[in-house]
Amino acid sequence: MNFVFAASIEVVTGIATLMLVVLGLSIIFGMMRVINLAHGEFLMLGAYTTITATNHGANIFFSILVVAPIVVGVIGLLVERIVIRRLYGRIVDTMLATWGLSLVFIGVVTTIFGNTTEGISSPIGPVTIGNISISGYKFFIIGVTASALLGLWLLLKKTRFGLIARATMQNRDMVAAVGVNSDRIYAVTFALGAGLAGLAGSVLAPIMGIVPTMGAVYVAKAFITVIGGGSAILIGTISASAIFGAVDRITSFATTPVIGEVALLISAIILVRLLPQGITGRFFRGGI
Amino acid sequence: MIAFAIKYKAVWAFWSLALLAMLLMPQFFDEWELLQMMIYVIMAILALSLAFIWGVGGILSFGQGVFFGLGAYSYAVAALNFGETTGALVLAVAIPALFAAALGYFLFYGRISDVYLGAITLTVTLILFDLMNSTSGPQYRIGKAALGGFNGMPSIPRLNVPGFADWSLTTTQLFCVCIGALAVVYAGLKFVAASDFGRVVVAIRENETRADLLGYDSRRFKLATFVIGGGIAGLAGCLFANWGAYTSPTVFALGQSVQIIIWVVVGGLGTFVGPILGSFLIEWLTNYVGAQNLVDTSLILGIVLTLFVLMLPSGLVPSARQVLQSVTRRWGTDSESNSASTKAAREIATEISGGRS
Repeated sequence: MNFVFAASIEVVTGIATLMLVVLGLSIIFGMMRVINLAHGEFLMLGAYTTITATNHGANIFFSILVVAPIVVGVIGLLVERIVIRRLYGRIVDTMLATWGLSLVFIGVVTTIFGNTTEGISSPIGPVTIGNISISGYKFFIIGVTASALLGLWLLLKKTRFGLIARATMQNRDMVAAVGVNSDRIYAVTFALGAGLAGLAGSVLAPIMGIVPTMGAVYVAKAFITVIGGGSAILIGTISASAIFGAVDRITSFATTPVIGEVALLISAIILVRLLPQGITGRFFRGGI
Repeated sequence: MIAFAIKYKAVWAFWSLALLAMLLMPQFFDEWELLQMMIYVIMAILALSLAFIWGVGGILSFGQGVFFGLGAYSYAVAALNFGETTGALVLAVAIPALFAAALGYFLFYGRISDVYLGAITLTVTLILFDLMNSTSGPQYRIGKAALGGFNGMPSIPRLNVPGFADWSLTTTQLFCVCIGALAVVYAGLKFVAASDFGRVVVAIRENETRADLLGYDSRRFKLATFVIGGGIAGLAGCLFANWGAYTSPTVFALGQSVQIIIWVVVGGLGTFVGPILGSFLIEWLTNYVGAQNLVDTSLILGIVLTLFVLMLPSGLVPSARQVLQSVTRRWGTDSESNSASTKAAREIATEISGGRS
């Protein structure tokens, strides 16, 4: 019983982590069709921001939840204004330019912080439930992911900005014709995606070894999960992450983490082969 | 007919250059310098493999490193087991080609294209990277060859003269083999692109539905294109394993596959000379910036790549051709007879984009 409980917490944490990592990319790729290969580096920047802010005396929760997303969001805004806005509609070029940007980020961070592994200790200690002890930080991850999903749903579905943003992604010219500055919408949406990636990086910072090249681990996994999810951003992210995250964690339990990751990737390939439009291309159509 | 003669011209020019390089460079450079230059030639072969499947076939594979790495590992395992390397060389081309056939069948017969194809090939790269990294330990071995995990496989024997296991090539000879391989691959791809098969492949790239309706099974043609590209990348991998007598899972790393795409884009998609030049340029830049310890290598590479995409999206060779064309147009009124080079450039451009003249 205890084992089942501990295992299910483990699986849910795995799913939540994957969702959080994917969310920023699903906005940037799913809504804007920009293959953002710098997604992993946005995560990395979020993690470094958290470390730096905490080491300079900021409260760790403040730096995880507020400082890192804002800093990375602003970086995303700059990137969009300087580079990405020239490349909309040229999907391969966005990929190459963002790969270039990811190298730039790695280079800058290596120059500033050096090529060593950094880390901060987890702010929440173990929690004892019954007679098993679980890291309380896992509940924090699950909580942050749930709030981020809820917040994003409210933003996209219930606000004027969300309505305009969704309309812009559907038909940019039409939105521009009725007098909306679609350039600004693109910029804000990209910054939002980058900020969410920064949040994911900062939340993962206490449980990861942080190096300038840490982003490479995430970008492909995030990319295939977004593709697997399909066109509906939120439902796609949730469903694809749930499947892949569960496969990963359960296989990891049974074998090794490497085999778990391989199982995730293989299941993603099979899913994309069976449903090229992603899960939401077949099910939950019309959702967001 | 003219088009054909000009195509021959490009191939002859390339072959003469290659022959000159084989004859002259060993006179002027010592073995160490030849070894330094050999890697450029090997990477150029790798660049050609993607130049063919992406530039001619329109298939953007994120996983060209898969075939490169499989070639390197197949050669390493086979050479360590057989002792004699001719079979290893054959396997280093055949295994990646077979893998490309299996993967291509899975992809093209499932009508996977565009971004989805990119995502799947990218994922396959990662799977192999993960798997090869986790093969450290004595239990992971194929015959006599230990796979070595993230430490890679050291002391891979060099190619020998077919049939004579003790007669290994010297560095100079290996250099000539690499140049020869590049020349053969270049000419081969040029001929394939100009053949009937190549024209159908280009037609499919331009409009798959139309080609299908004309009665060409686009899946079969794309599969064949993919397999040819896979085999060539495997050859490059085999030479790479020869070059350093070493291979490690980094051949499957994401960076390796993306690098190949960068070469093609920088040189010019849709040409063959372009990606070769692109690979030379980027490799040189990487080495040059890496050698001086002032700035971080990836910082410079990243800036160069980003600027390239923004300023020169069609790549070096096509842009240079455009400049050349506009210059000659301004200078001579009867450009028809006057500017053979522009005409040649135009021919090659139409050759690859599928026009007949």
